[in-house]
Amino acid sequence: MLELKGASKSFGDTVALHATELRLPQSQITALIGPSGCGKSTLLRLLNGLLFPDTGEVCFDGERMTASNVQALRRRMGYVIQDGGLFPHLSAADNITLMARFLGWESARIDQRLDELAQLTRLRPGLLERFPAELSGGQAQRISLMRALMLEPEVLLLDEPLAALDPMIRSDLQEDLRAIFRRLETTVVLVTHDLAEPVYIADSVVLMRAGKIEQVATGSDLISAPANDFVRPFVRAQRYLQSTEDSG
Amino acid sequence: MSARVGCGALTLMLLSSACTSGESAGAAPGVVVGSKAFTESVILGEVMAGAFASTGARVEHRRQLGGSLVLWNALLADEIDAYVEYTGTLGEEIFGGRVATDLAALRQAVTAEGLRISAPLGFANTYAIGMLRQVADALGIETISDLASYPELQLGFSEGFMQRQDAWPGLRARYSLPHRDVRGLNHDLAYRALEAGELEVTDLYSTDAEIRHYDLRILTDDRDYFPDYRAVILYRAELESWPAVVDVIERLQGSIDTASMVEMNAASQIERQPETDVANRFLQRQLGVAADRVAAGFGDRLWDNTLDHLGLVIVSLAAAILVALPLGMLASRRPRLGRFVLSATGILQTIPSLALLVFLIPPLGIGAPPAIVALFLYSLLPIVRNTATGLTSIPRGLLESADALGLPRGARLWRVELPLASRPILAGIKTAAVINVGTATLGALIGAGGYGQPILAGIRLNNTALILEGAIPAAVLALFVQGAFDLLERLIVPRGLRL
Repeated sequence: MLELKGASKSFGDTVALHATELRLPQSQITALIGPSGCGKSTLLRLLNGLLFPDTGEVCFDGERMTASNVQALRRRMGYVIQDGGLFPHLSAADNITLMARFLGWESARIDQRLDELAQLTRLRPGLLERFPAELSGGQAQRISLMRALMLEPEVLLLDEPLAALDPMIRSDLQEDLRAIFRRLETTVVLVTHDLAEPVYIADSVVLMRAGKIEQVATGSDLISAPANDFVRPFVRAQRYLQSTEDSG
Repeated sequence: MSARVGCGALTLMLLSSACTSGESAGAAPGVVVGSKAFTESVILGEVMAGAFASTGARVEHRRQLGGSLVLWNALLADEIDAYVEYTGTLGEEIFGGRVATDLAALRQAVTAEGLRISAPLGFANTYAIGMLRQVADALGIETISDLASYPELQLGFSEGFMQRQDAWPGLRARYSLPHRDVRGLNHDLAYRALEAGELEVTDLYSTDAEIRHYDLRILTDDRDYFPDYRAVILYRAELESWPAVVDVIERLQGSIDTASMVEMNAASQIERQPETDVANRFLQRQLGVAADRVAAGFGDRLWDNTLDHLGLVIVSLAAAILVALPLGMLASRRPRLGRFVLSATGILQTIPSLALLVFLIPPLGIGAPPAIVALFLYSLLPIVRNTATGLTSIPRGLLESADALGLPRGARLWRVELPLASRPILAGIKTAAVINVGTATLGALIGAGGYGQPILAGIRLNNTALILEGAIPAAVLALFVQGAFDLLERLIVPRGLRL
């Protein structure tokens, strides 16, 4: 569905992503994980064309992403960022339906889709009329997810969607995300720095370091069969953190 | 360059729809008379206006315009047809000393510009040296030369007179005056100091109303030091094809002696009679002309001034919004161009308003158009700057969210960026509007009317009530504008941003 073919990206003298090959199959849930600065966010932003690669190319459904088709392709991808990125001047409902209204959807169709999404994300009734400033972090992320899903995208990209939330709300939303992903059967790419998340949610995990992919595996394989000396301590440290969080 | 012309054209277009000028096309031919922003000039303007009106001509008097160059340029630009000028001013200020101040030389120079000059009206308004008559009589002083024999006399001169080379320094040299401890002080205070006996000698203008009021003697300039400032009518050559008007100009020649001018100045300046009445009385007595022009009452004046003022502010602000919003957007998109736009609009702010107004008279004439263009130019900076900063301070994450949704640039601007920046943009427009209300009072200097009109008249007549007649409505209007924008903010700034 999504493919990086020798794609690399530098900012000035800093190489954010070395030439990378990566295939993200349809309906699979892939997690990009690694320490901060490892290039996982850059990779995600290459996928939805917020950045273009210096070398190589990015393909969506076999089509090479270019400046001229990127807008159309983005409408086939949902995108959720860490703090939601909701527009503060629009109500939750207007945030969600912004693109549909721009594309001229009929209001009946918009309302129907809004209902479906509210059920899917288990959004508390009455929140749709609120403005972002009146929403909690978890509520804002649900709205952001609804906005990303509004146009029934084939791909959903999430950049640390749970990072800014407190633990209780995080596990709640994590649960819901897993259920939603399973139900939608869309292609999902999730960026996180927390190993527990992909192990719980993802079909495969892409572990990155310093602009390179270190290992691609299922979550449990990553833990049981780390590929090299970087992966091993990374996994161990994550499991340690996880166990202290659980017991605390 | 073309941008500037474009702005001007835009403003003029708006202007023609917003302003209902007194001079509509196709009406009976009229004469437009101008006057400078001091009482004598306004009275002479009224005298001319009344005299021309008695021939049946339609007459308009653009009163108290801000200075000789404004009037001169307005005359050249055919914005006015006639005004009273002084020969010395013509030679020194307008021709910059290149032309001698005798009438023959001036007539030649003025004719070269397509203008005409009348014979002197009679009086001259020159620099002069004066003393209280009773003090002068007691000492037997009649001429400036006589002063040399009294080195103990206390002299006090206005600041300008002290400094100008052609005033005190030259006078002292010409007459070999021995006085050392000469005080510099405000012109109005000088009269009071004379009366209180703290000064014996001061400078004055030979037609000052106070000469009568304080009973002063003007000392004879027996060595012909001061240049000649005889009053003449300057007018456009076209008036010559109008025999009745030329006849009136001829009758005015030599008709106003110094005593009459001092008396008229005193009637207006000290007895506070309207200039129109003073001029009517003079015309009746001197030329036997039944002049019936009436001075406008308080209500009419306030209404006219309010309309003029609102016209200036609204048209200039509307044009500024139309131009500054896109400029601000451009500045936020292209930082380098943005810096250029901001410094260009910033430089405009530093041009003193009167200089800008005078600069705009040759292309735009006098009245509302140059005032509107000046206000427009002054309004650009706050709107451009606030638009640019408002747009550039939108968090990057929000712009990326908009891009990631697949929203095109134009839609992103209208649906996301402008609403998010609405508060600073509106604040910039509010700043421009409030500043405009204040600055528009200067429009009166170039005949644009507005609340500056009574303020100017009040300043030259030393009449506080008149000053307040302009200052209070201007302050009220500024407060009203402030309130209106606060209300507008509730309507325009999205509710989500006010939480």
